[in-house]
Amino acid sequence: MGKIELTQVSKSFDDTEVIPPLDLKIEDGEFVVFVGPSGCGKSTLLRLIAGLEDVTTGQVLIDGQDATDIPPAKRGLAMVFQSYALYPHMSVRKNIAFPLRMARLDKSEQDRRVSEAAKVLNLTDYLDRRPGQLSGGQRQRVAIGRAIVREPAAFLFDEPLSNLDAALRVGMRLEISELHKRLATTMIYVTHDQVEAMTMADKIVVLQAGVIEQVGSPMELYRTPRNTFVAGFIGSPRMNLLNGPNATKHDAHTIGIRPEHIAISTRAGDWPGVVGVSEHLGSDTFFHVKCDDFPEPLTVRADGDLDLRYGAKVFLTPDTAHLHRFDQKGLRLK
Amino acid sequence: MATQHSRSAARLMMTPAVILLLGWMLVPLTMTLYFSFKKYLPLRGGDLGWVGFDNYIRFVSSSSFWPAVASTLIIVGGVLIITVILGTLLALLLDQPMWGQGIVRILVIAPFFVMPTVSGLVWKNMFMDPNNGFLAHLFNAFGAEPIQWLSQASMPSLIMIVSWQWLPFATLILLTAIQSLDSEQIEASEMDGAGWFNRFRFITLPHLARAITVVILIQTIFLLSIFAEIFVTTAGAFGTKTLTYLIFQRVLESQNVGLGSAGGVYAIILANIVAIFLMRIVGKNLDA
Ligand SMILES: Nc1ncnc2c1ncn2[C@@H]1O[C@H](COP(=O)(O)OP(=O)(O)O)[C@@H](O)[C@H]1O
Ligand SMILES: [Mg+2]
Repeated sequence: MGKIELTQVSKSFDDTEVIPPLDLKIEDGEFVVFVGPSGCGKSTLLRLIAGLEDVTTGQVLIDGQDATDIPPAKRGLAMVFQSYALYPHMSVRKNIAFPLRMARLDKSEQDRRVSEAAKVLNLTDYLDRRPGQLSGGQRQRVAIGRAIVREPAAFLFDEPLSNLDAALRVGMRLEISELHKRLATTMIYVTHDQVEAMTMADKIVVLQAGVIEQVGSPMELYRTPRNTFVAGFIGSPRMNLLNGPNATKHDAHTIGIRPEHIAISTRAGDWPGVVGVSEHLGSDTFFHVKCDDFPEPLTVRADGDLDLRYGAKVFLTPDTAHLHRFDQKGLRLK
Repeated sequence: MATQHSRSAARLMMTPAVILLLGWMLVPLTMTLYFSFKKYLPLRGGDLGWVGFDNYIRFVSSSSFWPAVASTLIIVGGVLIITVILGTLLALLLDQPMWGQGIVRILVIAPFFVMPTVSGLVWKNMFMDPNNGFLAHLFNAFGAEPIQWLSQASMPSLIMIVSWQWLPFATLILLTAIQSLDSEQIEASEMDGAGWFNRFRFITLPHLARAITVVILIQTIFLLSIFAEIFVTTAGAFGTKTLTYLIFQRVLESQNVGLGSAGGVYAIILANIVAIFLMRIVGKNLDA
């Protein structure tokens, strides 16, 4: 079981409040991603759940039990750190077995669980090496192995992929998702990368300055962002957020339209403009178009075959069915 | 330093330094060897000619030789054990955030700046004096009979004095090592269920292995040749005569340069034996 509930949890370091009181419910078996810009308090929130920091106010409930004063080791949670935090003087085998050894499991059971985890994580050939002799991806897997063998109620990941190169990151993303499907254990995953959040999460928690901006499934956040911050943060490339007369026309202070919901044409459309830089991804091309109506350039997605040169005259037409409207305070209208 | 030219230029420019260092080492060594084969009594006839291995045989067969080797090793070993253990504990303590940290750290380091002669005299006269010393007053206050430290417990006293001097060095090196320990490793072990003792045993101590090795090696070099502390406290009496002190007595008190030089050569051999043992035991910690 791994049901985690935070009630009115807040955290201050000395006099600065990093996390104002917040409530959050995480169901058993969910893959929850905390996402937000750097310094918004994601790690702090995770460490409060882990018990590595004391809450300033509020309660942490694990499986309905008050865990606020329970030390980290007794909470039944396993954590994978950004730096992996492997023990450098121990072999991979000893690293993975360490929590079992601390729990005084008998030797045969330790060996069984270590070799099982090693098999799952493709580490069998590396069990006798030291962490220093492994690649980044392998170290990452050792850290995950050390977490798995404890059979915890929930896994906590703090930006586990940010030290890996881009190709490896995509691979590890899949492996972690696969692990979650197989183990069906609650996972809380912290990242500043919205792509990781979108691709992995059952539920995304968007944080800004310690405040939860929105909680929901990836598609909920994509379709109905609650405010301009979430609208701008979720989705890649960013949603175009536009002010001015065109927004007023739709009875809003700000309107938002995603690059994939704008049609681009060389003949006719609502907003005339000039093509700036274009980014070719092969299947798609993203054009940055400077329109006469708006001060900032708009990002537009087009088919990869569309060939438009720098400076070409174009017309943009937003798909009004996918228009997002926000009020003065940045909150979603309707 | 890539080209032939720059390499030979570098060699040329390094030559004076190398020659100086070599001379610095070779001249005294050669002179020691030279005198060790001579009967040389500065106040009783001077150079009295070659005597072969006579000095060597006389030095070892003296009744003071083996006790001197033993006390040298006991002092070195005792001080190493005390400074490493207390140094580790003190470093752990100083690593904790506390009020007045800066001042406390300076105070801890202070003994290292006291000259050996001064610290020996301070301990002898202000702490260990059986009538007026602080420790005597302390014993009296509890109604106990004061110990005559330097005569009744001469070796422990000497080890205590030297440990007091070297503790700051061990503490300082170990403290910097502790501070370089990744806090996430400690947190990970905490989540893995390790209590404070297991955290120390499995995480902190292995991390300190290299620093402890450095402390042991460096201290051994200096401790093998301690002199001033013995000179001003017991003057070699009560079984505190180390090899260094014995050599000093042979050369200056007995005015026998040849005999002392032979002792010097034995001291070199002893230092090398100790070094080989240490490298065997702790040297592997220095490999990355
Ligand atoms: N131990 C600490 N002492 C003081 N301030 C801290 C401490 N840890 C984090 N903070 C502050 O809390 C804020 C959130 O930090 P963090 O949770 O690490 O952000 P994130 O992981 O989202 O990048 C930051 O402004 C940071 O400076
Ligand atoms: Mg962080």
